Amino acid sequence: MKYETVIGLEVHVELATKSKIFCSCGTEFGAGQNNNVCPACCGMPGMLPVMNKKVVELGIRAGLLTNCRINRYTTFDKKSYYYPDLPASYQTTQWFAPICVDGGVEIETSKGKKVIGIKQIHMEEDAGKLVHDDWSDTTLVDFNRTSVPLIEIVSRPDLSSVEEVVAYLDKLKTLLRFAKVSDCKMEEGSMRCDVNLSIRPEGSTELGVRTEMKNMNSITAISKAIEYEVARHIDALERGTEVLIQETRRWDDVKNKSFGMRSKEMAADYRYFPDPNLVPIIIDDAWYSSVVESLPELPNVKKERYMSEYALSENDASILTSSRALCDVFEGAVKENGLPKDTANWILGECMSILRQKKLSADELDIAPEKLGKIVKLVADGKIVRNAGKQVLSAVFNDNVDVDEYCKEKGLDSQSDTGEIENAVKKVLDANQPTVEKYKNGETKVRNALFGQVMKELKGKGDPALIQSILSKFLD
Amino acid sequence: MKYITEMNPNGKVALEDTILYKNIPCTAGSKMLESFIPLHNAEVVDRLEKAGYEISGKVNLGEFGFDLLGETSYFGAEKDEKGNLASASASLVKSGLKGVLATELNGASLRGAALSDTVFVKPTYGTVSRYGIIPCACSSEQVGVHASNVEDATELLSVIAGHDGKDGTSLPSDRNDYSANNGVSGKKICIPTEYFEKADSTVKEKLEKAVACLKENGAEIEFVSFAHLEASQSAWFIMMCAESCNNLSRYDGVKFGHRAEKYNDIEELYVNSRTEGFGILAKAVILYGSDVLSKNRYFTAYDKALKVRRGLRKALDELFGKYDMILSPVSSKTEYNSADINTVYEESYFTSLASMLGLPAVAVKGIQLVGNSFEESKLLSAAKVVEEVK
Repeated sequence: MKYETVIGLEVHVELATKSKIFCSCGTEFGAGQNNNVCPACCGMPGMLPVMNKKVVELGIRAGLLTNCRINRYTTFDKKSYYYPDLPASYQTTQWFAPICVDGGVEIETSKGKKVIGIKQIHMEEDAGKLVHDDWSDTTLVDFNRTSVPLIEIVSRPDLSSVEEVVAYLDKLKTLLRFAKVSDCKMEEGSMRCDVNLSIRPEGSTELGVRTEMKNMNSITAISKAIEYEVARHIDALERGTEVLIQETRRWDDVKNKSFGMRSKEMAADYRYFPDPNLVPIIIDDAWYSSVVESLPELPNVKKERYMSEYALSENDASILTSSRALCDVFEGAVKENGLPKDTANWILGECMSILRQKKLSADELDIAPEKLGKIVKLVADGKIVRNAGKQVLSAVFNDNVDVDEYCKEKGLDSQSDTGEIENAVKKVLDANQPTVEKYKNGETKVRNALFGQVMKELKGKGDPALIQSILSKFLD
Repeated sequence: MKYITEMNPNGKVALEDTILYKNIPCTAGSKMLESFIPLHNAEVVDRLEKAGYEISGKVNLGEFGFDLLGETSYFGAEKDEKGNLASASASLVKSGLKGVLATELNGASLRGAALSDTVFVKPTYGTVSRYGIIPCACSSEQVGVHASNVEDATELLSVIAGHDGKDGTSLPSDRNDYSANNGVSGKKICIPTEYFEKADSTVKEKLEKAVACLKENGAEIEFVSFAHLEASQSAWFIMMCAESCNNLSRYDGVKFGHRAEKYNDIEELYVNSRTEGFGILAKAVILYGSDVLSKNRYFTAYDKALKVRRGLRKALDELFGKYDMILSPVSSKTEYNSADINTVYEESYFTSLASMLGLPAVAVKGIQLVGNSFEESKLLSAAKVVEEVK
């Protein structure tokens, strides 16, 4: 029998706020253990939550990015369970009236375009982290992460393959990074994902037994886990290897296997109820509009504009708009030089190659746009040669040098004195009479060798176009 | 025992031991918090000290404030000379303190004042900051003032009231009015017959004296029927237990509070610490609270209680459209030599309405006056009249 896979994702994203959701502690990753804590986020009695408004704004943003309806009246609830990383023994989250509902994002895979529905997005606080100390054989707790603001994006069970899951996560990442909702760094835990999965005979409308894998934090692990689970489910159904139960499972990245944790039947009752210490949040029209206005132009809109306004190819426009950093540098540079096509080529060629060498992602492109704009223009105008341009770019990357000063200091200005170039051409042609003969006999490819000699004579600074035209004058 | 921790013999104001004072243990009358030392002052403490009041110490109370008159304190109940239960705070106020700040949760403070012929003022929910108060029923509890007379109570209330940005439910201060000298002339006061019928003759006698005094000073008194009091009592218990159960869950033996000496794993650490740390009434509250919040009961219990609260708000709007305030008993009797869980539940009949709706209330001369939100001035003026009852 053929089966189809039904997957729904719960994606947790840490919000890019400077302070925690209900207190003024910092949120930076990698701080010393228990450095970002106060009595409030440690759950001490008598400390009260004070809502961080920025969290609500980023929540609204996330909803707008994913075409959700924003609940103008939204509330917080308490979710109770005992775990040492949860200091108050309850998590403040949204259960009854989440901030965003009923949205969706479009993904594109080898099978074409598809909309993945989003059931809801809710705001909540993160929990702390347990650290096992092998030396003393004790478990210690680090509360730095408690009360760091999160949103949880709950999809509908619309995903049906690893490819779609990867495309969906990529889409969310691009959108959320674009609008600076989160840095979505899976390796730092600022994007994590619970995978709900079941299989059913192809064409069936009933859902199979669902298992949930919690806290997945790499695309590789998610892909492997989905493949493993699908195979396990099919084996269970086809060959009766086991009886599937609705349960939470843990993916072991080393053993490449999933393990059952607890069945849902025995799962804790979280005893949700409205948090009396947080008054309902009312998002009035003025607040709503100000968030809408603060939203940057979105990638799909930008892509269309780059193609129509700047005549970029669809491929170039796609790559540029996959990262907010690339767009910001591109637009800033074009503002400086008015050369969209050249600028796009420099970003997609030279800048990306530098990023690759430094093992950085596109989002980490950190260069003053006007400096790149200037370099592109200098090369386009023949003021410096392309290789010199690359040299300046690299110096700007590494030491943020001033473009003009650097060119002057290093003597990179290209030689555009016709007289001097003529002298060089004459000298080269005189010294290479046999080659000139070859050229005149129709072996035109030797021209490149002559060009190279002239450039060498000019110490690499000759204006290439000018050299070519002078060569033509003497040879043709 | 009156004080759990004595601080300054010259202090004129004391704090019930649910109010945090930096570096001084805060026990809430429970073994669970015997070793808990807070890092911050409660907002009300900062306000008192800024106004020049010195704090004498931390006053004994029943565990977390759930009980009748302090009988469940881990540190021992306070009794009067006749051997009856008495609130520790009442004893201190009677022996010369200017006042005691206390969290009014389930009626213990109002009751303690009424039974000792002292005064307790609980202001409208949201007018005094709850920052630094050991939390139980966050949607209702409110710090008030216990004093020997209305004037002292009013003086201290004026000091501690006012907006605080650290408490998300704190209200703007612009409606706070604590003037107590407006008399009761022309005021319409009602007594719900349901309350009256539940009181014994000693309580009725106190009510009648107050009625006579109020009438003499120009108030109109009417008996009315207010049929929602039993619903109010049930709903209040559900809400108090649910919210308290949630707040008490932070005492798990991991971070602060009592930790059991013997345990083999984390589960046992939780169970043993909580079994040893909480007394019987707190455990009952936790069990009942867990039940009403459970998946199967939420909509038939907790959510219903929220609906009752909204319904009561409407009924009260109507009542306060006709009357300036409610006059009622605070308890069914005037003396208790012991109390159990049933007594605690039954006596909450008289205080649940003001607790659940966050209404201001004043206990004076053995009776209580309950007003609409922000009408403290009317209550205090009437209390000042009643205070003259001989």
